[in-house]
Amino acid sequence: MAITAHTDSRSSTDTGRRTRSTGTRFTRALGIATIVLFAAVALFGLLISPADITQGESVRILYIHVGTVWVAYLAFVVTAVSSAAYLWKRTTSLTWDRIAGSSAEIGVLFMAVTLLAGSLWGRLSWGTFWVWDARVTTTAFLFITYVGYLAVRGLGGSHQQRARRSAVVALLAVLEIPLVHFSVKLWRSVHQEASVAGSTDVTLDGSMLFSLVLATVAFTAFYVWFVLHRQRVMAMQDALDDKGLDYALVERRAEGAQSVRGNI
Amino acid sequence: MSVFRIARLVAAKDLRIERRSRVVINQVLPFAALVMVLFAFALDNDDTLERVSPGLIWLATIFSLLVVVQRSFAIETADGALDAIRVAGVDPAGVFLGKSIALALQLLVLEALLTVLAVVLYQAEPSGSGVLVLFATVLPATCGLAFVGTLYGGLAAGTKGRETLLPLLLFPVVAPVLIGATRATEAALGAGGAATSEGWPWIGLLMIFAALFGVGGTLAFGPLIEE
Amino acid sequence: MDNIGFILTTYIVAFGATVALAWHTLKRGRSLAEQLPDEDKPWT
Repeated sequence: MAITAHTDSRSSTDTGRRTRSTGTRFTRALGIATIVLFAAVALFGLLISPADITQGESVRILYIHVGTVWVAYLAFVVTAVSSAAYLWKRTTSLTWDRIAGSSAEIGVLFMAVTLLAGSLWGRLSWGTFWVWDARVTTTAFLFITYVGYLAVRGLGGSHQQRARRSAVVALLAVLEIPLVHFSVKLWRSVHQEASVAGSTDVTLDGSMLFSLVLATVAFTAFYVWFVLHRQRVMAMQDALDDKGLDYALVERRAEGAQSVRGNI
Repeated sequence: MSVFRIARLVAAKDLRIERRSRVVINQVLPFAALVMVLFAFALDNDDTLERVSPGLIWLATIFSLLVVVQRSFAIETADGALDAIRVAGVDPAGVFLGKSIALALQLLVLEALLTVLAVVLYQAEPSGSGVLVLFATVLPATCGLAFVGTLYGGLAAGTKGRETLLPLLLFPVVAPVLIGATRATEAALGAGGAATSEGWPWIGLLMIFAALFGVGGTLAFGPLIEE
Repeated sequence: MDNIGFILTTYIVAFGATVALAWHTLKRGRSLAEQLPDEDKPWT
């Protein structure tokens, strides 16, 4: 594909007419909605909803904890499905690969927030920052596994190599995580841990349930907004890797031609 | 050439290289023994050591696995041998199985040494009926470790800072083997008062793990090492 | 309100991480968009 300098003023290589952002009307609307939702979460979570009868104020942490863990799980499912989609027919576009990568990035970040929030809530409710049960341990493993996934994405090589390698790693993670969960469950059932350090299941009423759902919706909205933007950024990065040198050469030559004309 | 013939040839090649270079024997086995000694320094209590000896055996195995896997692929990337195999059009599933077999055999030798050391250093005492459980544990656990090691070792092999990725990828995946093999070995050795019969559910888990990663690895190895 | 330290930490970290991620992504998007013509931007 030949890249030539256009002298046509309608050309998009003319810097003045380029789109300068990754936004579209949809993402701008979504972004504003997300900001409003987050403000609502802060309002309801911290002020409007009441303290729990048994747990006290610490239930407020759960709104964040559940919101982020739901999005983290969603993100990893999307990564796995996108990876499978990419491998299904190798000739399909790298968009699946970019969606998988973007999704994993936000998944890892939110998983970290989940673990922090859960740990703080556990300290307040059970007196311990950590408990070795299947759900908590598997969540930690999921986090580490996808950190590894992101590291594999950073190994370099062509875009197709990156896509193929990380897609296989993501699908192996789908195999590994249930095994870890099952092993830990079997392990802890033998030890019959105390029901005091029990589950995070709590019964919530009215406004508390609303706050929970609100937080989940808010974080999901942010997830969609982020994945859209991030995979566009990745697409540009890939395009720049492929053609960046050519564009730079074209522009430098065009500058050179202009300055020659200017000097004559 | 059938996949199994390729596997046999690759396994024989890897074992022949080990027999001639003796890297595992001269370097990895002493390393594993050293790890067992260091555990004793860290834990500093004879009762504790005896009780946790099954866990220490498998921890030392997993740490050594890292080194053996890196060695297994270092012999491929030196002189571009893996590329040569790929270019020759050899079915990667055969390469995967062959390298797994060689890795498993080296691990078995390692585990035998570690078990002897546990008996000697930590006063672990295998009971009569426990020996069957021990064998039933070691076989699927070793196969599982070998499959996973070969799989992720292939991914992490090569230049440009890929080797340091291996522990990060490998250790989360081998966690079920560590849990299962340790609990089953506890049952076999009677450590902490475990009955021999308690080992069998864990052996089941180890067999499922080995089967899943045997199949998964055979399918995934080709795409992973493709360049 | 008791335990307010932990609760506020959670909210600040969660919201802060979200905002930081969003800002970082938009900034990177802008700097890359400068360097590429619109034909490489399928969303335009």
